Amino acid sequence: MSHANYLEEGGFWSWFTTRDHKRIGVMYLLTNLIFLAIGGIFAILIRVELFSPGPLFSADVYNKFFTFHGAIMIFMFIIPVIPAALGNFFLPILIGAKDVAFPRLNLASYYIFVGGALLAALALVTGGVDTGWTFYTPYSIRTQTSVILVTLGVFVMGFSSILTGLNFMVTVHKLRAPGMTFHRMPLFVWAIYATAIIQVLATPVIGITTLLLVMERVLGIGFFDPQLGGDPILFQHFFWFYSHPAVYIMILPAMGIISEVITVFSRKHIFGYKAIAYSSLAIAFISFLVWGHHMFVSGESQWANFLFSLLTMLVAIPTAIKIFNWTATMYKGSIHLQTPMLYALSFIFLFTIGGLTGLFLAALSVDVHLHDTYFVVAHFHYVMMGGTVMGFLAGLHYWWPKMFGRMYPEILGKISWFFIFVGFNVTFLPQFYLGKLGMPRRYHEYAQNFTFLNQVSTVGSWLINVGFLLMFAYLIYSLFKGKKAENNPWGAKTLEWQLPSPPTMHNFDETPQVIEGPYQYGVLKS
Amino acid sequence: MLPQASTLAKNFDILFNNIFWFSLISFALVIGAMIYFAIRYHRTRRDPFKTPYITGHHLMEISVSVGLLIVVMVIFVWGWVDYKKLLKAPSDSLEIQVLAKQWFWEFQYPEGRKLTNELVVPLNQPVKLIMTSSDVIHSFFVPNFRVKQDVVPGQYTTLWFTATQLGEHSILCAEFCGTGHSKMLGMVKVVNAEEFQQWKKTTPSIPAVSKNPQEWGKELFSQKMCNTCHAITTQKLVGPGLFGIFGKEVELEGGKKVARDENYIRESLMQPQAKVVKGFPPAMPTFQGTLTDEEVNALIVYIKNLK
Repeated sequence: MSHANYLEEGGFWSWFTTRDHKRIGVMYLLTNLIFLAIGGIFAILIRVELFSPGPLFSADVYNKFFTFHGAIMIFMFIIPVIPAALGNFFLPILIGAKDVAFPRLNLASYYIFVGGALLAALALVTGGVDTGWTFYTPYSIRTQTSVILVTLGVFVMGFSSILTGLNFMVTVHKLRAPGMTFHRMPLFVWAIYATAIIQVLATPVIGITTLLLVMERVLGIGFFDPQLGGDPILFQHFFWFYSHPAVYIMILPAMGIISEVITVFSRKHIFGYKAIAYSSLAIAFISFLVWGHHMFVSGESQWANFLFSLLTMLVAIPTAIKIFNWTATMYKGSIHLQTPMLYALSFIFLFTIGGLTGLFLAALSVDVHLHDTYFVVAHFHYVMMGGTVMGFLAGLHYWWPKMFGRMYPEILGKISWFFIFVGFNVTFLPQFYLGKLGMPRRYHEYAQNFTFLNQVSTVGSWLINVGFLLMFAYLIYSLFKGKKAENNPWGAKTLEWQLPSPPTMHNFDETPQVIEGPYQYGVLKS
Repeated sequence: MLPQASTLAKNFDILFNNIFWFSLISFALVIGAMIYFAIRYHRTRRDPFKTPYITGHHLMEISVSVGLLIVVMVIFVWGWVDYKKLLKAPSDSLEIQVLAKQWFWEFQYPEGRKLTNELVVPLNQPVKLIMTSSDVIHSFFVPNFRVKQDVVPGQYTTLWFTATQLGEHSILCAEFCGTGHSKMLGMVKVVNAEEFQQWKKTTPSIPAVSKNPQEWGKELFSQKMCNTCHAITTQKLVGPGLFGIFGKEVELEGGKKVARDENYIRESLMQPQAKVVKGFPPAMPTFQGTLTDEEVNALIVYIKNLK
């Protein structure tokens, strides 16, 4: 072979000025995994505090723990990790392109992300922040903690998200290889494309909102604090107008990964390609119209609640179509239960629970009791961790051989999956019940009768932790000592598997000609 | 299990259980199929190169969508109907003012009695809480009653319940409000009607504010010179006369109509130019920073009783 692979070309410093989408993807991956580890440490600390009803840490310290856990996991891990890390690496390859449309912008968006993340992380050493990741006013205006640093960090990271989204949209429209029609694009590309639309349209709103918050704190302009003549509920509208669509920024890319992994490990054509592709767009569209369901008991007008509850119910339809189609894809397949597939099946298992418990919260009268309790905490962890993180881990294991040219150790992969999957359910299933019994979220101390369920939950968090530590260990090990990966270890049909593992700097020596869809498995009917 | 201690609790439990069973069955079907396929079509039993070429089935997709659409619409309508019941307090409700502060609850009864973190109510008597906060957002939550409502500074929100079980029921704060959030605990004490009357007699109508809010409101009305521009009859001075206006709709400059409730009166005191009644000049000064929350409450009680 004439070219060195992308990992080896150039020296160490060439990574910092690289415009190669694969390298930028790897740098994002590393950065996001570091934040996953930090966010995870705070998660463990939260669960340690809640092991017993009384205080272990002080209330102020605990309040900072859950704020950091939420803010780090949301803004520095879950939002960027699939689009910016795996998407950056694979989106161009999957459509037969040599890079994204704007490679320099791509590198800029990485540095902007790091800048924003460092700004926010600076708050860790300047006294922390205790508002929760939602920054609700007027509390966030009156607290003495470092709200300004964190919200400015979120503001800056928002630009990174917008630029990445824009880059991906243009890439999908302009750089598809000859013959790569929209309907021949892998579903992961559809998912990233739908996500990019939300990133570009919704993210500016959180930017403006955090800026208004900073102006109110610094200059005393009354937007949100009633003492200054502002309206605290207005903040919630602004915040959720971004943060609800952002939930789909988090989950759609994971759904894309599941579509890839299920087909490859079932050796079947995807069931209902168009339904899955268009349901991503449908979800992206509806996601803009349901933010008010976070505010059913805020004093919002009853007719707003009527509409938001109705529209929220509609989200169930495209979501259920996807779950139905993934399951149907397995029918009469040849199912290979390797680690990526185990994570994909876990996604279906956990995300179905996450989705169904969403029905409880979308029903107005039921939400009144469940709102702001542990039921909600459990629900969004089933969606975000059971959904997005499981999807990410499926993708990470699936593409690991392509990214680094090494296989991860399969047996350790399965053991680690077992700990994470079981640990997850042990942690979060009891929380549904805690919430129904009326334990509010963000509670530093709780009543005696909640003790047992909380202890089960804490033990679960240790199991998850064991799984992740094992995973980090074997992934690092495999980089150096793992078995060399073949070009196509899973026998997949999408374009990335026709390249060497790892790919060369320019991906394709010749631009590929695409003549069929990405899932042509099985015996063709005549 | 949580006790059903209010007339509203049962509705919640019924709908919750129905959604639960629907969810459990759907979950069992999807995950059952998934696990069955994973075993039945495992690679050890199936040649990976001889899987059938199936690309989808529109009728099945449409049936699943339509079926689910019907179910979620039933859940939606059911949730809405029950929710409407949570909104509308019966007209014979006992009205109690709630002021949330970091980190305790203050309850003020019509006669001026004031309790902290303890709400004594009679059994089977509808109670309406008119709530506001003096600092950040709190949320009034009684799990045994299945009711919850955010308590927002600068405005009033309401919540009602009819307790059906004697004894004590926890009040929790459900909206994160800082250091003492998890210690912002109160208690609803439900007693018999006779005991309630007894309690009223033995508990003095409290020194804290030292005044019956209606009388205090009356004093404030002249102290703050409200009477310069507003008559307590229906007579027009600079501003409208206030007799019998409470709860009635009025047309504003610009043609919109608004009900004159607690929020309207508060807003008119704090931002008088926001909603000016048709036919009157925007002449009223703001009382922002002049009146305390307690004083605003007292004025509202006074105006409410001008009838």
